[in-house]
Amino acid sequence: MYVLIVFLPLFAALTVGLTASKLGDRGSQILTSGAVSLSAILSWVALYQVAFGQDPQSVELFTWIKSGSFDVSWALRIDSLTAVMLVVVNTVSALVHIYSIGYMAHDDHKPRFMAYLSLFTFAMLMLVTSDNFLQMYFGWEGVGLASYLLIGFWYKKPTANAAAIKAFVVNRVGDFGFALGIMAIYMVFGSVSFDVVFAGVSAQVGNTFEFLGYELDIITTISLLLFLGAMGKSAQLGLHTWLPDAMEGPTPVSALIHAATMVTAGVFMLARCSPIFEYSPTALAVVAAVGASTALFAATVGLVQNDIKRVIAYSTCSQLGYMFFAIGVGAYPVAIFHLFTHAFFKALLFLGSGAVIHAVSDEQDMRKMGGLAKHIKITYAMMIIGTLALTGVPFFSGYFSKDAVIEAAYAAGTGVGDYAFWCGIGAAVLTAFYSWRLIFMTFHGKPRATKEVMSHVHESPFVMLFPLYVLAAGAIFAGFVFYEPMVGHNYKEFWGDSILILDRNIVMEGFHDVPAWVKYLPIVAGVLGLLVSFNMYIRRTDIPVQLAKTHSALYQFLLNKWYFDELYNFLFIQPSKWIGHQLWNIGDGKIIDGLGPDGVSARVIGLAKRASMLQSGYLYHYAFAMLIGVAAFVSFFFLSSGS
Amino acid sequence: MLDWNILSFVTFLPLVGALLILLTGGKEEVAARNVRQVALWTTLITFAVSLLIWINFDTSEAGFQFVEKADWLGGGINYHMGIDGISMLFIILTTFLMPICILASWESIGTRVREYMIAFLIMETLMIGVFCALDMVLFYLFFEAGLIPMFLIIGIWGGGNRVYASFKFFLYTLVGSVLMLAAMITMYVIVGTTDIPTLMAYNFGVDLQFWLWLAFFASFAVKVPMWPVHTWLPDAHVQAPTAGSVILAGVLLKMGGYGFLRFSIPMFPDASQYFAPMVFGLSVVAIIYTSLVALVQKDMKKLIAYSSVAHMGFITIGIFTFTQQGLEGGILQMISHGIVSGALFLCVGVIYDRIHTREIARYGGLVHRMPRYAVIFMIFTMATVGLPGTSGFVGEFLILVGAYQVSTWTAFLATTGVILGAAYSLYLYRRVVFGELVKEDLKSIVDVNKREMAIFIPLIAVAMWIGIYPDPFLDVMHASVTNLMEQHQLALDATNSTLHATK
Repeated sequence: MYVLIVFLPLFAALTVGLTASKLGDRGSQILTSGAVSLSAILSWVALYQVAFGQDPQSVELFTWIKSGSFDVSWALRIDSLTAVMLVVVNTVSALVHIYSIGYMAHDDHKPRFMAYLSLFTFAMLMLVTSDNFLQMYFGWEGVGLASYLLIGFWYKKPTANAAAIKAFVVNRVGDFGFALGIMAIYMVFGSVSFDVVFAGVSAQVGNTFEFLGYELDIITTISLLLFLGAMGKSAQLGLHTWLPDAMEGPTPVSALIHAATMVTAGVFMLARCSPIFEYSPTALAVVAAVGASTALFAATVGLVQNDIKRVIAYSTCSQLGYMFFAIGVGAYPVAIFHLFTHAFFKALLFLGSGAVIHAVSDEQDMRKMGGLAKHIKITYAMMIIGTLALTGVPFFSGYFSKDAVIEAAYAAGTGVGDYAFWCGIGAAVLTAFYSWRLIFMTFHGKPRATKEVMSHVHESPFVMLFPLYVLAAGAIFAGFVFYEPMVGHNYKEFWGDSILILDRNIVMEGFHDVPAWVKYLPIVAGVLGLLVSFNMYIRRTDIPVQLAKTHSALYQFLLNKWYFDELYNFLFIQPSKWIGHQLWNIGDGKIIDGLGPDGVSARVIGLAKRASMLQSGYLYHYAFAMLIGVAAFVSFFFLSSGS
Repeated sequence: MLDWNILSFVTFLPLVGALLILLTGGKEEVAARNVRQVALWTTLITFAVSLLIWINFDTSEAGFQFVEKADWLGGGINYHMGIDGISMLFIILTTFLMPICILASWESIGTRVREYMIAFLIMETLMIGVFCALDMVLFYLFFEAGLIPMFLIIGIWGGGNRVYASFKFFLYTLVGSVLMLAAMITMYVIVGTTDIPTLMAYNFGVDLQFWLWLAFFASFAVKVPMWPVHTWLPDAHVQAPTAGSVILAGVLLKMGGYGFLRFSIPMFPDASQYFAPMVFGLSVVAIIYTSLVALVQKDMKKLIAYSSVAHMGFITIGIFTFTQQGLEGGILQMISHGIVSGALFLCVGVIYDRIHTREIARYGGLVHRMPRYAVIFMIFTMATVGLPGTSGFVGEFLILVGAYQVSTWTAFLATTGVILGAAYSLYLYRRVVFGELVKEDLKSIVDVNKREMAIFIPLIAVAMWIGIYPDPFLDVMHASVTNLMEQHQLALDATNSTLHATK
């Protein structure tokens, strides 16, 4: 069964990829959606068996790389953590597959799209089921490839191509850290298998090794290298620049890859590596600080964006920050719980915004929307549910998980925990503000689209609405149902051995008993954001314009995303090209070739030319030369014999 | 074990084909067709027979197998052939790439077909000979004679600036070879034989080792090519016909790496150890330097040629780590690079045959007219980027694992090449394949045909095979590589103990 869960999507992707012309559009849609749906159903069974039945499984397939003591196999490891991820990945993926049937109805390349989606699903499943670091790296890069292909799916658009490359290359920067981390792990533990490495960690506490000429703490160095990989994949501050651009891809892709699954791989990885991170308070503090900063930073940028998908993209970035600081304060189950609920409501928001975009003839700019509520009531309702869940309104799923994250940060009681707590609260206000701003700008007020567009506005077909219903159910109930098993007092029963929490780490117990004001503060923050937003976008719509004018520097700063892209372009991209040119023209051309082959041949030719000038063909030249020679020879003879 | 001289058979079989071609006559059109058929069948049969070597290869044996020995020139110079786990895969690689090269030249070579095919078949004999030879003189003969057909292939069937390129190629490699010859003569004078296994067992004095190592290094470094003696490669690639580039990248470059494994490390262990940091330095420079240069190239073949230099930088790092992962990764990466960069040159060849330009800016939006081509090109782009699941990853990662154990700085800097590699490869792919199709002459371009599919499908299969299940390849190497490492360590220990004794 576990093999089926993982390989059904691959089978579908390959079949469609190779025989698309025979299967046709409909055939490939049915095959891929069917295969992934089956995987999804089996995943729920797996969750029931593995997590609730406390019965972790492992399936070894065959040897992958074996060289000396470096011995890695393809193997599947299904424990509670994996089972939760399987459910998230396959459920959202199946829904996105179905949704895409409707969303991509007018596209010419449906089989290719479906095959990519299934391929992505397979890679993601390999990532979450791996039982060693190298196979995880395989899945890690595999989802990167699928993400690259899907962001650049509309390959006619130059912006889409640029975004695809950017996503791949920026991710590679993170992977660079991940790869070095794996090498260091092999060096220290002599293996890359999770079981061996995790068992050996406690023996290495406090030991140091030589890294780039410095003596560094082993556990902390490895943790930070792995975290660099997680930052790239999960778009954390510094390596986040690819995520907003990734919105160039079709909306189902954004929902699946850039909201629910791939971007959460970093969080999953850190949770999986909890047996390493638990032993390095320093690394955890870094994780918490980066996560908290990202949560706040992304939320500030989300305030002023006008592209509906980019707003949600920054929101995703910000929510990932929440998950990271939950990890950073040692509350791994809470982070995964938030990952779990977030997958539902964020996918709902993305697919809902896809329905909006679909309705207004592929327009994404919210300034050209407005007043859509009465035309697309179901979509409107779905978006409201998603927003309620995201902003943490009581009893929606986000309320349970996000509050748990914030409370855990408070309960940590450390300096960095307090920083994360206040960043979390601040980001919660901003989240509520931009989320409601999105709703108000899109669905309320007067229509700002052209008459022609407005006349075409229509509700999406059932095949697109059905996934929304399922996700809405998840957004409403997932928190309520899974709160107790995942992060309740008996959380250890659910997670089993998949997550290690040392005895000295009492966050998981502590966050239930925080002061009342800590519990109410996130709700207050949400209400505050809603009120401000309502005031600015419903009551007094002139305020935003005024604010943008009076604080134009700040506004531009936020609108341009803190100028990260410009900075990187200036620091890395332009210099690389310039250096490349210099090395090519001067290094290779002038110096190496100039002193080497070209120089030598030029000297030879020069000498030969001069030598050939002597052979002028005139008899008197030769006679004269001979005369000089004889004279010189005779003089030399006399002089030398004379002395 | 096979009891017939299979190595000589495989080595000289292509020569028989070349003779047959010489005998075919008839009108030019008919003759050309016959010549192609003969060449194709010769290479296919050679490949099939060479597979017998692999099947009968004993993976538990560390020493040489299928050994043939006969008197030749006397005075300790014999005809001595044999292979071990290090050389075996290179023979398979060569025989595997040859039919592909013949197929790739099927239509693009229209003039002097007979001579062209003869040159290629002779080339094959010489290349296989290099990997089989267990006598230095024999090795040198094959090694140097291989230059001549390649020189002719570039010089006669090459592009516009072919004469410059072929002379540059020839001069560079010759300068290195002269030094190697001098070293070989020195060794012969000292030991009295040119038998490679005997020389491997001989302990040269440490001082002498340094000079001999440097002389061999001069030759192999040019072949690899290592920075800064790499500038012949981009020119040679750009001017060579497609199949010439495939052989150049696929097999000829590997002779440098093979030379390090066969001569430098076993014969001069102390010098190898001493110079390893220098090799790391040059390799790291090569990786970063040529990756940056590749980023700004305007000519497709030049870009791929520079990327080859970067990839070969990984290989030299792996070899000189003297770790099992590094060495095996290095050998596997050579095989993988032979497949992948050969395939990339073939990808360029496909569109060059149609549009007759290699300038990147002249392309764009090919995916609209050539979806199959886009998929093939994508697969090999990913393989060259080192995506896990393709052959590029396994070798590269093993090398880095090996390098990390020896020098974290080397591993760190080499890993940055992984980022740059992604940048220049994807940038190339985007400019050629993606975007709107606006150029007039591209609007009628046709997708890959059946012959071209027949070229690419085996390459894809092997690239994925090595990526997902490299065990059959690695298994062949284990015994010989372990032996190489042990001998290397023993030699170092011996030198150390004598040093201590004299102190």
